[in-house]
Amino acid sequence: MRKKGFTLTSHLVCLLILLAVLLMCVCLGSVSIPLRDTLAVFRSALTGEATEASTYRSILLSIRLPRVLCVALCGASLSLSGAAMQGLLRNPLADGSTLGVSSGASLGAALALAFGVTVPGLPYAGTTGMAMLFAFGSLMLILSLAYTLDRSLSTHSIILIGVIFSMLATSLISLVVSFSGDKIKSVMFWTMGSLAGSNYTHVLLMAVALLVCGTVLLRLQEELNAFAVGEENALQVGVAVKKVKLTVLIAVSVLIGVCVSVGGTIAFIGLVTPHAARMLVGPNHRRLLPASMYFGAIFLLLADLIARTLLRPIELSVGVVTSLVGAAAFVLIFYHTRKGAK
Amino acid sequence: MLQADKITVRYGTRTALDSLSFSLEEHQWLMLVGPNGAGKSTLIRALAQNIPYTGTFTLFGQQLNAMKPAERAKLIGFLSQSHSVQYAYTVEEIVRLGRYAHTRGFLSHHDEDGEAAVSHALELTGMTEYRNTDILSLSGGELQRAFLAQVFAQQPQLLVLDEPANHLDLPYQQRIFELIDDWRKQPGHAVLSVVHDLGLAKRFGTHAVLLNEGRCVSRGECNDVLSIENLSNVYRMDVHGWMREQLKLWE
Repeated sequence: MRKKGFTLTSHLVCLLILLAVLLMCVCLGSVSIPLRDTLAVFRSALTGEATEASTYRSILLSIRLPRVLCVALCGASLSLSGAAMQGLLRNPLADGSTLGVSSGASLGAALALAFGVTVPGLPYAGTTGMAMLFAFGSLMLILSLAYTLDRSLSTHSIILIGVIFSMLATSLISLVVSFSGDKIKSVMFWTMGSLAGSNYTHVLLMAVALLVCGTVLLRLQEELNAFAVGEENALQVGVAVKKVKLTVLIAVSVLIGVCVSVGGTIAFIGLVTPHAARMLVGPNHRRLLPASMYFGAIFLLLADLIARTLLRPIELSVGVVTSLVGAAAFVLIFYHTRKGAK
Repeated sequence: MLQADKITVRYGTRTALDSLSFSLEEHQWLMLVGPNGAGKSTLIRALAQNIPYTGTFTLFGQQLNAMKPAERAKLIGFLSQSHSVQYAYTVEEIVRLGRYAHTRGFLSHHDEDGEAAVSHALELTGMTEYRNTDILSLSGGELQRAFLAQVFAQQPQLLVLDEPANHLDLPYQQRIFELIDDWRKQPGHAVLSVVHDLGLAKRFGTHAVLLNEGRCVSRGECNDVLSIENLSNVYRMDVHGWMREQLKLWE
């Protein structure tokens, strides 16, 4: 396992676990649907046959399935982004939020929600478009500032400017919330992170983003390994450092922008799941990137299930659950890492 | 093999390297010698294309900054003086990264010589038994040898070493320097290194460049450049007296 890449057996095991969790999340909720009826609905949807369990059909196909698929895709995307950022910046605390992309995307989406930015005929395009636009804008701003400060685009400069930018964006979001009037509840709920209300358009958007950007990142496994050892070492073994860095940053910002536009700010996924994956499969990105995707999807599915069912009929936002679980897990990981280092 | 022509590096208003020129031919081991702040490591960083500079480096007739990074990595192997590693890669994974430039392009990952090159590099540096060891658990000297193995796995023609003796105990210092000395005698090979230990510089260097405050004080054959007079002027101390004093302790 440590010598090779992510083997076919590993893929199969992870896929089986992911499918089992997906099925569980589809069955459970404010109304629990028996597994047999769930499978009957899916079978009928695929074959076009009529089914006795038609009462469950709309719950499963219109509400739960798109939500669960969005949760899995969002978890995989955020976790993959986190793993790639941690390798690129050689910093286990790095992810989209450290870079400032999440905060930038959040600011764009909050502005769209608060001031009702819409695109005629495309109901979600306003928030999504603004989040992606602001994610790109933030990235370009952060990179330009980092470049002005340090022509080699060193990771330290990027992280430092990313943290400063995150603080600024968070303050601006608070300002937007103050001026959002009657929309304050939707903006606040969204800033806490929630994938309730996801639909198949969101699924398609996230799937395309993950397919394109995920392929790009998975093809850069060796380059990320070189970066994770050291940027200078990457240059010395022949990595086109600036080109790879820019490619990874753009792919990550697209993934985060799309996730934020659909589900708001879901903290800790990009930090904690790559850590957990690294503990199991080691730091080699040939195994770490696929493992992080599976772990992220499974972790967010379970967190979303808890958010939906813990206090039913009240639904918590998934961001609250991931923050609670993630912060505790992060403290444990950090403690063990530090203890191990002594 | 390598020509450096009027290399100048500035950090703000400070000139770290001032119009330095030298050349390096096959089988030579060129020692860069000088006190702290002389510009030795700056030259290595400029050669690695890690910092902006003016002037030209020409390697095998090609301008170094016009070459693609992977193309350059097949010709020059760099060993830094310190390695700060964050993640628990195995020694083999670190050494295998040295094959990166050979696995690029259309036939990526079809590196026929890769396995043999990695095993040979591990053997040369005495790291075979540490092949599957996590690098975070290695001592400074073992880490230095692991990264030297990475450079050997890269199979370059020019080795550029910044303080290769760093962290090495005496037996490995001798073993590694003799190993590099044998390596540079092979066809198409040459070595450029920064060495603080003047004894090692004199013992293994064929040629030397003596630097002081970013300028070249003397360059040429090692014995001529590293003369007592030159060294005493540059280091502003009685180098010969200090060396003899050190030696007396062992007599």
